[in-house]
Amino acid sequence: MARLVRMDGSGHTKLAEWTARDDAAFQAAVEEFGGQLELGYIGTVPEGPGKATHVRELPRDAELVIMRRPIAGG
Amino acid sequence: MTGAALPELASVPWRQRTDERWLRRWGRIWGAWTVAYTVPFIAAGIVMIALEPLAAPVALAAFAHAWIIPELYAYRGASVVRPKGPRNDGGEPTAQGFLGDLLGHQEREVQRATGLALQRGKLGVWLVGEAGALLVTRRRVHCFCVRTTDPELPPSDRIAHLLLALREDEEGFATVANHAFAGAAWRVRRRLPKRMRPALTAARGVASG
Repeated sequence: MARLVRMDGSGHTKLAEWTARDDAAFQAAVEEFGGQLELGYIGTVPEGPGKATHVRELPRDAELVIMRRPIAGG
Repeated sequence: MTGAALPELASVPWRQRTDERWLRRWGRIWGAWTVAYTVPFIAAGIVMIALEPLAAPVALAAFAHAWIIPELYAYRGASVVRPKGPRNDGGEPTAQGFLGDLLGHQEREVQRATGLALQRGKLGVWLVGEAGALLVTRRRVHCFCVRTTDPELPPSDRIAHLLLALREDEEGFATVANHAFAGAAWRVRRRLPKRMRPALTAARGVASG
């Protein structure tokens, strides 16, 4: 089961779940993903030790997609 | 690390990309700067004592300046990883578990003991804190001020934000961050909170191994 998760004040919030075969659940996740992008979040897919990829569209085959806030120089 | 550019780079289009060459150059500049503001105070103190031994108290003040000013710069560098902002005790346990899932076993242990997440990179070994990061290379430690734009996040989520951005694009991460200091590891270590010092030792071990 793939998950779309947002890092927020509660630690993290699960926004959606889907499987590769469940089109309806995936479409709902895509809409949620788009809504988070509009709020200014950035989509990231962790890919094993030390690797992550920025995604602009929800990848159907990802196990975990994390929505994070932008970073900036302090 | 992936080659994809960090989206936050769009907010700093004027900055040159921070790569190994950039780091070497700024490491040398910081070294030269340290010499430039230290040597004159030492020389002035020696000359004063040579000309008039009764001027020894003034010479001691000059020597103190030569010692204090580099210490202040190192303190500024080490401060980038000091805990900052609200603790958000309600969300922190969940955030700590989530961060732990992003780390390997050894890195998780280091983070829980010291508050800093260790991340191997192409530029060196990173120690990521709540609002800053240290880049440990063979010769120097580079200190970067960098934070998430949501200051209300639990501390572990702030670290996770920086860690994910670093993993997306290491050079981009260093470019977005503000470079605060570069100097020898022993200078930074002295000014780190005691709890964090083992993380620097571990990072140096990885960087030199």
